[in-house]
Amino acid sequence: MVYTPEQQPVDTAFPDPMLPRLYRVEQVRREIRATCTLALVPDNGTTAFSFAPGQFTMLYVFGIGEIPISISGDPAQPHLLVHTVRAVGPVSQALQQLKRGDVIGVRGPFGSSWPIEDAKGSDVILVAGGLGLAPLRPALYALLSQREQYGRLCLLYGARTPQDVLYARELARWRGRFDLDVYVTVDSASTAWRGQVGVVTALLAKIPFDPANTVALVCGPEVMMRFTTRELQERGLSAVHIFVSMERNMKCALGFCGHCQFGPTFVCKDGPVLRYDRIQSWFGKREI
Amino acid sequence: MHVIERDALTALFVALRQRAFRLLGPTVRDGAIVYDELASPADLPQGWTDTQDGGTYRLVRRNDAALFGYAVGPHSWKQFLHPPTVRLWQAQRDGQSFHIRAEQPEQARFAFIGVRSCELHAIAIHDRIFLHDAYVDPVYRARRENLFIVAVNCGQAGGTCFCVSMHTGPKVTQGFDLALTELLTGERHYFVVETGTARGAEVLQDIPHRAATAAEEEAAAAVVARTATQMGRTLHTAGLQELLYRNIEHPRWDEVASRCLTCGNCTMVCPTCFCTTVTDTTDLTGAHAERWRQWDSCFTTDFSYIHGGSVRTSARSRYRHWLMHKLATWIDQFGTSGCVGCGRCITWCPVAIDITAEVDAIRTSEHRAAAEGKNDANA
Amino acid sequence: MQTLEPILAAHPFFQNLDPRHLHLIVSCASNVRFEAGQFIFREGEAANHFYLLRHGTVQLEIFVPERGPLVIQTLGEGDVLGWSWLFPPYRWHFDARAATLVRAIALDGQCLRTKCEEDHDLGYQLVKRFAHVIMQRLQATRLQLLDVYGVHS
Repeated sequence: MVYTPEQQPVDTAFPDPMLPRLYRVEQVRREIRATCTLALVPDNGTTAFSFAPGQFTMLYVFGIGEIPISISGDPAQPHLLVHTVRAVGPVSQALQQLKRGDVIGVRGPFGSSWPIEDAKGSDVILVAGGLGLAPLRPALYALLSQREQYGRLCLLYGARTPQDVLYARELARWRGRFDLDVYVTVDSASTAWRGQVGVVTALLAKIPFDPANTVALVCGPEVMMRFTTRELQERGLSAVHIFVSMERNMKCALGFCGHCQFGPTFVCKDGPVLRYDRIQSWFGKREI
Repeated sequence: MHVIERDALTALFVALRQRAFRLLGPTVRDGAIVYDELASPADLPQGWTDTQDGGTYRLVRRNDAALFGYAVGPHSWKQFLHPPTVRLWQAQRDGQSFHIRAEQPEQARFAFIGVRSCELHAIAIHDRIFLHDAYVDPVYRARRENLFIVAVNCGQAGGTCFCVSMHTGPKVTQGFDLALTELLTGERHYFVVETGTARGAEVLQDIPHRAATAAEEEAAAAVVARTATQMGRTLHTAGLQELLYRNIEHPRWDEVASRCLTCGNCTMVCPTCFCTTVTDTTDLTGAHAERWRQWDSCFTTDFSYIHGGSVRTSARSRYRHWLMHKLATWIDQFGTSGCVGCGRCITWCPVAIDITAEVDAIRTSEHRAAAEGKNDANA
Repeated sequence: MQTLEPILAAHPFFQNLDPRHLHLIVSCASNVRFEAGQFIFREGEAANHFYLLRHGTVQLEIFVPERGPLVIQTLGEGDVLGWSWLFPPYRWHFDARAATLVRAIALDGQCLRTKCEEDHDLGYQLVKRFAHVIMQRLQATRLQLLDVYGVHS
């Protein structure tokens, strides 16, 4: 079985890719600390775009700046553009302050997507760490919407503490399904936490899988992905069955600004979803 | 091939101006030959040449009246096609919302006079990035579309030139409307002209010209042939990409980092370096916002900033990123090397770091290690 | 009486162990069961056993006066619990508490240590397997120490 990240066609309906489109905040949901989920709808005159799981957009807050954020919503509902944002800088902090009715700029969607089509007929393991669950959520929606097309589906999720578990209610709902295995672990917890304590790679040891017919989608902090890809390979999974979502500085998202280079790849246009064999030799090297 | 006399250059300028072109080309300013507006051939650096070496650039008087008798200076044409600063759009606040006003990129009509072969290759590289990838840069396209190029075959090589190594010169082979070879023989000063496009041929019709003789063509060919033998530097490109990929952790990167000031001069003078950043600004009332794009350099720590910190904090990693991009990863990205052998990064480096010498050092150390390995095996 | 030998042989920790060694070990093994909430061992107590978990979940805990009990790690079916029995002074460093009903095989440390001293091949096998477990836990601990999911600046 050959899996490849899906390259999405450029949206030619919107000729100037450097110009943001206006989107109105429809709903703000407070998530875990310093994190919110924004549901956006096109403002008057703007048409909604469809996107593929794993793609990202550039969000612009008036006068403050623009940052890349993965789309975390359902690809089957493109009229509602959903992003989960954690406050780590000036723009992401400003995004936390938004209220219903506020308008922001959106460019995109950009980048490659998870191999949802190619994975048909295979087992799929999704490994998420921290906020890395957000870019994987659209993939899970897509997989579950055609559940019968896939073999075993398994979501492994690692967070910092029980208070840092993202989408907790949705996770509980997913855990209730018989056709999806969900394992959640945290790095540290009080005894009130009834779930697992340990790293996400330890969860991998718990699940049986057939390396020949399994594809793994991995998203989280780079160190977490390094440990996870190593563990997956030790379990016999080939690098061409492993996909990671990379993060680098981005200014344009078009392949023009040069900031997001990771070795020979431009994370904005070749990624963010990359098949692991493509970056393996650079992964874990210092200061690439 | 055709011939135009030195005095016919005025007619060329007039012909281009009549076609609404803005003439840009070499002129002497601040002790260097820079690219700027040209009013007439009198603005060209007549009788000047340059001497160049690592960290050194000096203008010197020639003993003839050559107009293009120098190599390349600190400027490259990218300042016109890919401007150092450009406003991308403006926005005006309106309650909870705002309006965005797109910038209407001016449809420039540039005529570049005196473009060298290495520079044509650099322009072709930018075409690949800004016109022939997934997205098109509207700023670049508006400036590139109507561009008229009068190229010049180099009559001499500079002390830091290595276009022969990069297969990018000195003979002009592609991407021009007209190509000149300047010839000064005793009393006579003329140009052998090659037309590269129908547009170029049409312009030539407005200029006094005649067919070149076989002797004149031979003389022109001899000029570039001689220049090709004068290269100040050599870069050995055989297996270069693999060599660099094998040596990501080579100690030479630490050695060069001990000299590199991470000033970014090399990226500013490089005709292919294209990286930019954007700045979002507001006025004092906060009601008006703009986005500007500026040239950026991978030698700054901010360049690789992701929330929490920069990826490339050491000078070692930043120099390595620049060199590896230029000579190795660029090939994976765009199908060609990112270096055209113009030598600007060597000349304008304040501490004379030499890209050809850095590659040589890594290559030599591998040869030495291999030789020692063989000796050990024999011992 | 049914011997524990096939159960030991089936546990991942003793996978592919020489049957001769398995036979030596089985005399040190006993079946144990802990109710949910019950402490399996407590910090500072003599470490006389280690446990091959067969069913249920065990929380490795530490009590921090101003923060209360914290969970260091969760262990489950297929995991091995406890290595303090292997090294002097044979005292537990953490608390282990059954989070659910736990079924396990307990192995007597004193008994095993004696057998390992008599048969260094067995000793090597056991130490090698424990070293692997310790390495994995150390790597996991380092990853936890990095606090990779936190916001750093």
